[in-house]
Amino acid sequence: MIASLALILLCQLAGEAFVRGVGLPMPGPVVGLMLLLVLLLLRDRFAVLARGPLQGDGVESASRGLLANLSLLFVPAGVGVVQKLDLIVNHGIAFLGVLVISVLITLLVTVATFLLASRAMTRGGEGP
Amino acid sequence: MNRDPFSLWVYLSQSPLLWLTVTLLVYAIADAISIWSHRHPFANPVLHAMWIIGLFLELTNTSYTTYFGGAQFVHFLLGPATVALAVPLYENRKVVASAILPMLVALAAGSVTAVASAVLLAEAFGLPREVVLSMAPKSVTAGVAMGISESLHADPSLTAVAVILTGILGAITVTPLMNRMHITDFRARGFAVGIAAHGIGTARAFQVDTVAGVFAGIAMSLNALVTSLLVPLAVTFLVR
Repeated sequence: MIASLALILLCQLAGEAFVRGVGLPMPGPVVGLMLLLVLLLLRDRFAVLARGPLQGDGVESASRGLLANLSLLFVPAGVGVVQKLDLIVNHGIAFLGVLVISVLITLLVTVATFLLASRAMTRGGEGP
Repeated sequence: MNRDPFSLWVYLSQSPLLWLTVTLLVYAIADAISIWSHRHPFANPVLHAMWIIGLFLELTNTSYTTYFGGAQFVHFLLGPATVALAVPLYENRKVVASAILPMLVALAAGSVTAVASAVLLAEAFGLPREVVLSMAPKSVTAGVAMGISESLHADPSLTAVAVILTGILGAITVTPLMNRMHITDFRARGFAVGIAAHGIGTARAFQVDTVAGVFAGIAMSLNALVTSLLVPLAVTFLVR
């Protein structure tokens, strides 16, 4: 458990260091995500790596535990927003209106393009 | 022994223990109600936990800084949880690998739509320039969005408000919207909510279906990358 958490933190730390070092405009944890993914894939190929948190269900079960409660982690930031609601009082309705319409359009456009591309791909695969 | 309830309150209200406990307790109750309602979209645990705690802070005259002293331990786990997304991604790698092309196409369309619709609508609604700029990166995770907002000389705290509200709105609307459209492909549903509503949408996707959660996590990560390149462009072309 502790070793698994340490591995997750280590990936994040390496990600942060890399992003800061290279000056990339992306979040450090995302690089950490890719690093952990590569580690998991390498472990399947090279048995030497399958030790500590990378053996059994170590880092997997720790990660599942974190993700099972993903919603909780947004609560502190959300409370900050409740305290800053006065910021949107001036433009309240317009501000909310833009967000609602934009979110619905984005959901629809994304899901539609995904489905169209996925259908085009299967059709292409079945072709001669 | 301190018998004066007021001085006991003064002591406890300054300690991280109280606010960490309040955060976990209120969330546990909100989540229990969400489970009891079979994950009804309107029983979103983030939404209800945040207003209840916000109200409690208001009533007890507690500053956000004091509250965050306790809540920071929870907030900190956002980074490790992002890294942890590697595990469901790894476990579902075959499903993911077979959907690379649809993901890239939907990423391009979705991230452009998220930024352009926010900017164009905000302008159409007559919002001032600073507000328009602050809303442009609203579909990516708060840390990245605030960074983009800062680089545009907009208002990062207004961006944070837009980001969280967008996440909640996406998490609430995605299930009824997709059901009404009869979309049953959980890869597509998850990917859409990850693009439109970042981590809060991803958390919702994981409540509904693991594959949806995996695709939402990928979408959220890719969108953070694309949007930070896209917003400066969009601002140049779309803002008056």
